[in-house]
Amino acid sequence: MQAADKLVGMVVALVAFAVVIGAILLVVHLLERRGARRVAWWFIGPTLLLIAVGLVYPALRTVWRSLYDAAGTSFIGLGNYTDIFTSGEQLVVLRNTVLWVLVTPFVATVVGLIYAILVDGAKGEAAAKALIFLPMAISFVGASIIWKFMYEYRFYDPAVENNPNQIGFINQIIVWLGGTPQNFLLNSPWNNFFLIAVMIWIQAGFAMTILSAAIKAIPSEITEAARLDGVSSLQLFRFVTVPSIRPTLIVVLTTIAIGCLKVFDIVRTMTAGRYGTSVVANEFYTQSFSAGNQGLGAALAVLLFVLVVPIIVYNVHHLRKASR
Amino acid sequence: MSAVQIDTATVDGPVTPGGGRETTAAAARRRLSKPWASLFAVVLAVLWTIPTLGLLVTSFRPATDINNSGWWTVLTNPNFTLENYETVLSSDSSQSLAPSIINSVVITIPAVVLPMFLATLAAYAFAWMNFRGRNVLFIAVFALQVVPIQVTLIPLLSLYVDIDIAGTFWAVWLSHTMFGLPLAVFLLHNFMQEIPGELIEAARVDGAGHVTIFFRLMLPMLKPAIAALGIYQFLWVWNDLLVALTFAGSSRDLAPMTVALLNLTGTRGSQWFLLSAGAFVSIIIPAIVFLSLQRYFVRGLLAGSVKG
Repeated sequence: MQAADKLVGMVVALVAFAVVIGAILLVVHLLERRGARRVAWWFIGPTLLLIAVGLVYPALRTVWRSLYDAAGTSFIGLGNYTDIFTSGEQLVVLRNTVLWVLVTPFVATVVGLIYAILVDGAKGEAAAKALIFLPMAISFVGASIIWKFMYEYRFYDPAVENNPNQIGFINQIIVWLGGTPQNFLLNSPWNNFFLIAVMIWIQAGFAMTILSAAIKAIPSEITEAARLDGVSSLQLFRFVTVPSIRPTLIVVLTTIAIGCLKVFDIVRTMTAGRYGTSVVANEFYTQSFSAGNQGLGAALAVLLFVLVVPIIVYNVHHLRKASR
Repeated sequence: MSAVQIDTATVDGPVTPGGGRETTAAAARRRLSKPWASLFAVVLAVLWTIPTLGLLVTSFRPATDINNSGWWTVLTNPNFTLENYETVLSSDSSQSLAPSIINSVVITIPAVVLPMFLATLAAYAFAWMNFRGRNVLFIAVFALQVVPIQVTLIPLLSLYVDIDIAGTFWAVWLSHTMFGLPLAVFLLHNFMQEIPGELIEAARVDGAGHVTIFFRLMLPMLKPAIAALGIYQFLWVWNDLLVALTFAGSSRDLAPMTVALLNLTGTRGSQWFLLSAGAFVSIIIPAIVFLSLQRYFVRGLLAGSVKG
């Protein structure tokens, strides 16, 4: 298909959409002229229809599907769920997911918080923040490519004189320090941490931005009163800054945790889940689309749903507090 | 660390460079023996920048150089070329990513316009119209934000096969629209409620219908909110991998940049000359949008954190 055809197709689709919506609104307008009062359904109808067809119905079908075997022919009850919690392969997936959810939010938030404090009010604050913030603007796929290049490994034999040059920066640093280059993405379980590093790299900017705004919102009277009492900076941090931004801290932590539960792009791009790095969201994709086990895939998707909901509920609760 | 001691000399509170009063963080930073704090901040900033810089430099190096020496060697042996970008952007090379760039654009524009417009309509009804079941429906829409899209993919795919739009842009557009609606309706509804009710009442009294009010009153007043959400949806769709992979697959006719780049990482080792240039082409467009409209986006970040 030629580029021009695609663009024309897009414009046609947009025009078609405009015509349909325009027709609906014209009908509503005419109805209103004749004195009709109940026109709300015309406004929410398209949205409700799309949500029902695109979210509700598929979700219910997936729950149902998760109770069937790989081929979808025989009902096996909770068999797929037992699989997730008993088979060795799936337990690795669960372990990795737990690792992601525990490590990433904590490290990203600590880095973001320290950085926000260090550059607060400093010269060039905006530029300094932009540097950390920039990874947020990069797609997960782009970020993964950037880091895959950092981890790039060229075969290295310590017994040989002429080894090829390392082109990955981290391995080159190891060489400069006199060490042996590593194939970072291959060695389980440590490779999980190298994948997690990518997410930390992205999310620290998010944490920094949100926390920085919260820190700036602390009333200066409180700070000054504390200072008049002669507290040290560490005490100030511990007893004034952290309690003041606590609701925001929780929102940041939980938001990153949700992102980690659903992390797919990074794992897909870095390793495609091989070498013991798969996580629930990636395993869902693998089982559904390449391993041909849609029953297990559906169960993994439902598991994801079940894991995400409590965190989101908790998050919404604190978001309300934080925005007050 | 000196910070542990009580430093009475600072009680008077020196003024920050900006001239205003200090924030807690500024005070903490100042007392954390300043040179170390600055050094630490610089180290973090460098750490965070090097990976991107490395790939950026690489994208301007000849393919043979990329595979034989690290990008840092350009400091001693500078050798740059635009060839990688020419390959990626040219329309006739087999290694070109141009089709996927077009696909990204073709996917993104309707996938932003459709949900934004439908959501604005629905949000208006939820905010300013009275009808039966309004609250229940609104709570349902709000709650549906938590549904992870993984749960919906396979049934949707078979649905698209049934109605014969699988493997077309429609499948991708519709999916992004469906997934984007709950959050957009919820946020726009909140913005709409902030508009004073007297305005709408006055318009109603003057005999204006809802359609008139929607176009004449609501759309102009909601421009900033719609812009903020539009940027969010734009970044979401442009950077999306999962929806594209599921509904567009790897076909050259449909696959956006994210999918094309993913495929490049898998095949025959990594072709870094293509990957590096391709990655930066895919990054530069959202980066421009993002940096120029950062103010709007940051506001939307927290709001979007609820999305499932």
